[in-house]
Amino acid sequence: MLEKKRVNTGALLSLFGAVAALALVILLENTIGPTGQLFTVLKKGAVYALVAVSMNLLNGFTGLFSLGQAGFMLLGAYTYAILTVPVAAKDTVYYLYGGSAVKFSLPDLFAGIFGDGMLSLTLGVLVAIVLGGLVAAFFAWLIGLPVLRLKSDYLAIATLGFAEIIRAVFQWQALGPITNGANMITQIPTFSSFNIKTESGTIYLSSAFPMLIMILCLAVIVMLINSSYGRAFKAIREDEIAAEAMGINLPHHKMLSFCISSFFAGVGGALFAMYASNAQAMVYTSTMTYEILLIVVIGGIGSISGSVIATFLYVACSEWWLRGLDSGSFLGIQSDLFRNGFRMVVFSVVIMIVVLFFRRGIMGDREITDLFKKRPRKAAKEAVK
Amino acid sequence: MEYAISVLLSGISVGGQYALIAIGYTMVYGILRLINFAHGDVFMVSGLIAIYLTTMGLPLPVTLALAVLITVLLGFLIERVAYKPLRSAPRMSVMISAIGVSYLLQNTATFVTGGQPMNYPTIPALSKMVTIGGASTTLVTVVTPVLVIALVFGLVQLINHTKIGMAMRAVAKDFETSQLMGIKINRVISTTFIIGSALAALGSILYFTNYPYITPTAGAMPGLKAFVAAVFGGIGSIPGAVIGAFLIGICENIIKALPFEGATTFVDAFTFALLIIVLVFKPTGLFGEKATEKV
Repeated sequence: MLEKKRVNTGALLSLFGAVAALALVILLENTIGPTGQLFTVLKKGAVYALVAVSMNLLNGFTGLFSLGQAGFMLLGAYTYAILTVPVAAKDTVYYLYGGSAVKFSLPDLFAGIFGDGMLSLTLGVLVAIVLGGLVAAFFAWLIGLPVLRLKSDYLAIATLGFAEIIRAVFQWQALGPITNGANMITQIPTFSSFNIKTESGTIYLSSAFPMLIMILCLAVIVMLINSSYGRAFKAIREDEIAAEAMGINLPHHKMLSFCISSFFAGVGGALFAMYASNAQAMVYTSTMTYEILLIVVIGGIGSISGSVIATFLYVACSEWWLRGLDSGSFLGIQSDLFRNGFRMVVFSVVIMIVVLFFRRGIMGDREITDLFKKRPRKAAKEAVK
Repeated sequence: MEYAISVLLSGISVGGQYALIAIGYTMVYGILRLINFAHGDVFMVSGLIAIYLTTMGLPLPVTLALAVLITVLLGFLIERVAYKPLRSAPRMSVMISAIGVSYLLQNTATFVTGGQPMNYPTIPALSKMVTIGGASTTLVTVVTPVLVIALVFGLVQLINHTKIGMAMRAVAKDFETSQLMGIKINRVISTTFIIGSALAALGSILYFTNYPYITPTAGAMPGLKAFVAAVFGGIGSIPGAVIGAFLIGICENIIKALPFEGATTFVDAFTFALLIIVLVFKPTGLFGEKATEKV
């Protein structure tokens, strides 16, 4: 009885926090205007946070060490981009291939039903994002059939290889009419498309949109982790053989975790395409996966809130606070060392320090809502003593 | 025919260069059960070191020898700083640390070079043109396989007939027991990293002679391919890694030469497809030993 009440407080707190954060973002963007580093951080942070959490679901909660995240993001990004390039823009985007093989565009389809406007754009974009996730999940299922039988580091290298294969296929000239070859797909709806223009001015929602999607996805992931599936995932992480002995269907649960993680990576990829306002296979390299993995490590492997906090810290540092390290002066100090690339060096050193000396990251495997609880674990431990 | 020979020759040459990297992977994996993701970047850094040493105006042989020496030092330091503190940690932590080192090396290289592609010094002895079976090629193509075979022969002798080689085999077989038998595992591991880095440095000299410049990410792809070669040959087995590397090098060049549009796009994809196929159907590779999971 008591236990149930606690869970509810945690959920309520998170819900309240999410709504407050969303309201604050909308308020800020409409008062100080949408240009400014803060909003870049919020947008990119939301996208990365979702991908980081999706990776954490797999690596941290199920103990499957996969390095395919960039590949699944690519699938999501391309699905989104291919389905949302406006019909009118197809010839200019695909000019090298004489137009696109995909003759329709989801926002335009919905515009045919509901008329031109915000509703059809939103519907089109949302459906495309979900389809992006589904395509990623489908490919995850395909590749999961053979590779999920592999153990730890072999799985890592196989998924990494899969991501590289995907990247090569999407740059293939023969698929040009669909993927635009090695060129980027542009003119897709971006976050700024969601700024509503009224007669009295513009209501800016460009940061709120990715935040909202992120919050919704995170809510689903958190609910999943707190369900019996989540407990099965954690059991697999702790000990595969013991979990199997307890009657957990290993292949089934591993596949489920892999597909769900890839679904959200695909959604994240679609959002990343919106953030970057293009889709280009070149971007989704293994370095991107490493970056996300390192964020997860900083946040704490096995902590959703840790991943989110680490993502926003990481993105804020790289896009905003530490910019000075690249451009000559930082905190008023001028130095020749502070030239292009120094920021990333500082970053990697910090990451190495975390990896070597603070292996639990910011949150370890606790959640932020645990901090508001009355430390039941500690009390229980003392009782045992 | 001449075309076929030239494709084959460049395949053997690239394969030999992959082999030199792959040995480092396979030895480290054999002993630490760690995919040393930073190995490819050590290979790249070795190339950069050679470039910077050349600009200092030293004679070429001294430069190359110094480059190998500094690379060895780097490999040794990486092991001591980034892997040794994690000896008792879960395997995944060490792998994450390796990814972190790879990230650090790439970012440092970007910072030092300013992100510009750097021209690799021409080594006249290696880039001289020769003609074999009607196909003209650089001398490096001939030197590589000969050097690789000589080195592998030496290495196998070292592992089979010296004390440190015996220690390596023991540590690879059972980490803890060998420690109990009085083998100084830290020394063995350091030696492994030193040998691996030295071979990667040699590989980098041969590899980058054929390429006009080095970018900070130049090591990632050869590194991954060499790893695939090591898996293909059976991880832990040195002759296996070398044969795997030659096969991958040759296949790659054949694919590059295939007469359909966009064949080059699939060169990298082929290697990884091969990796997945090998892992699924014969995870022990061509010459790997079968390991059974103990409960």
